[in-house]
Amino acid sequence: MDLLQQRKKKKLSYNISIYLMIVIAYAVVMLLSSQGKISSLFQGLLVPFCTYSILAVSLNLVVGISGELSLGHAGFMCVGAFTSAIFTRYMKFLGVEGLYLFVIAIIIGAFSAGVFGLLIGIPVLRLKGDYLAIVTLAFGEIIKNIANAIYLGFDENGVHLSLKNTMDLGLSDKGFIVVKGAQGITGTPHYSSFTAGVILLLITITIILNLIESRTGRNIKALRDNRIAAESVGISAMKYKLIAFSIASAMAGVAGVLYAHNLTTLTALPKNFGYNMSITILVFVVLGGMGKIRGSIIAAVVLTLLPEMLRGLQDYRMLIYSIVLIVVMIFTSAPSIKQYVEVFKNKFPKLTRNPVLMKKTKKEGK
Amino acid sequence: MDFFTYLVSGLSLGSIYAIIALGYTMVYGIAKMLNFAHGDVLMIGAYISFVFMNQLGVDPALSVLLACISCTVIGITIERIAYKPLRGANSLAVLITAIGVSYFLQNIALLVYGANPKSYKSVVSIPPLHLFNGALSISGESIVTILLCILIMIALTTFINKTKMGQAMLAVSEDRGASTLMGINVNGTIALTFAIGSFLAAIAGALLCSAYPTLTPTTGAMPGIKAFVAAVIGGIGSIPGAFIGGLILGVLENLSKAYISAQLSDAIVFSLLIIMLLIKPSGILGKTNIEKV
Repeated sequence: MDLLQQRKKKKLSYNISIYLMIVIAYAVVMLLSSQGKISSLFQGLLVPFCTYSILAVSLNLVVGISGELSLGHAGFMCVGAFTSAIFTRYMKFLGVEGLYLFVIAIIIGAFSAGVFGLLIGIPVLRLKGDYLAIVTLAFGEIIKNIANAIYLGFDENGVHLSLKNTMDLGLSDKGFIVVKGAQGITGTPHYSSFTAGVILLLITITIILNLIESRTGRNIKALRDNRIAAESVGISAMKYKLIAFSIASAMAGVAGVLYAHNLTTLTALPKNFGYNMSITILVFVVLGGMGKIRGSIIAAVVLTLLPEMLRGLQDYRMLIYSIVLIVVMIFTSAPSIKQYVEVFKNKFPKLTRNPVLMKKTKKEGK
Repeated sequence: MDFFTYLVSGLSLGSIYAIIALGYTMVYGIAKMLNFAHGDVLMIGAYISFVFMNQLGVDPALSVLLACISCTVIGITIERIAYKPLRGANSLAVLITAIGVSYFLQNIALLVYGANPKSYKSVVSIPPLHLFNGALSISGESIVTILLCILIMIALTTFINKTKMGQAMLAVSEDRGASTLMGINVNGTIALTFAIGSFLAAIAGALLCSAYPTLTPTTGAMPGIKAFVAAVIGGIGSIPGAFIGGLILGVLENLSKAYISAQLSDAIVFSLLIIMLLIKPSGILGKTNIEKV
């Protein structure tokens, strides 16, 4: 029992440290910005910090906690961004504006991305490993492609949808075209702010931390660690993987809402919703530590900030990224290097061993 | 006749996919890893042949050969540095490393050659073939691509079935542990697989850029992914499967570009993958693996 309680205490302090980290960072930024000490460059990065953190944390739920490699996370962000922006843009056309619309937009974005995640997850999660990765990548690309080809307009007869061009919509004179194919949505209202981003991030983290520690979360982790053993004790693999996948998709959708309402023009480019974006998020998760929520946030913030700080090294930025990625993977996963780590752990047990377990063994020694 | 024109150019594109897919399918079959960087090796190969041909004025065939040799060296080097240490690690780690390598190659190309697209001079100098009084014309590139693809398929199948090295490759893909016990040099065999894959990637790069003459650092990314899709559709690990998958994909892409929508053609191609994986996850010619506890 003693061991269990100490574990719980450790978990609690870890969770508190995440919240503290965000709140302190928020307070510092707000204090500095009230004194006008923050450059406009940094000011512009505040919302992306939150967007990327939410994306990284949510992808961590899929990759780190659930153990399934998804390369289509940006696709769900795209769904959230577009559905919510269609709503707010149309409301703006009708002359309705207000922050409460943003709350509705977030719910719309999260819901639609979550439903997409569920629908895509049902067929996709039957696959494993590399196949799953490639299929999620395919889905991400399909979503981006469709977002690029879609034309959507409203008039008094209702919604008009086309995949060809604006003429094909057949709108009446009073109609209004919201999505113009590859040009996307222009004139989305600017609702996103750092405060909104931080609140959304905190909500995301609360949901994920509670999920991980719940019965559902333990089932998800059990499936990750040994699918066959977990299934043999009656844990439905499909159900729990689907829960993790669709929750993560809904969160990516929220990040999309935040992203869409931070820009005036929303287009689906390979840069923002394509496979490259999915990979960038994956890099945050991997470098932050798989399954580590705090690590994901730190990695997302640092890796978003770093290229801006190193403007002179802009050309080498992605090169450095890629080398770091390869080196980190080799050092953390290569069997031969793991052996050295084991030798090191045996030589210096005090440095590396889990303090909770240490106490336990000491007591047994007495 | 329009239909046949699209069909032939689809077959030509499909042949290129098939050649790229061979690299994927062999590496996946033997090293059990998804080499995400394969498409980027193709791009590097295209740049090398571009430099030899357009800037140094070397003969097209010779410059493709030089590109093939350079790519073979690059492929083996990548395998040694990035993938070999991870042999036996979990597949997620290997996949992410491969993504890292892919980014690395793209950014090296970006640094060396810049982001501006290069216009690639066709390596083929055969005049187009006019059939049925000019109603159907087949470009020289298409003829060479399709013939070369068939030739490569025959050569590779013969190599694998008739030579000792090919048999070693089959053995390693079947059971790595057992082939080590039988005295097969597993690391050497895997390196050979990467060498063959990269050699073919350089050929595919030259053919691809001859047919679609813009060369940028991201040229290889999309064809690479599509070729992997082709390999999965045909049944990963199977050489004739890669051929069939590549052709299906190329034809489907061209026909949907022509008759449905140019913008949605990628979406249609990827939908085929998803449908295929739902109906028969092992692909057309793939073997089903039963998971044992």
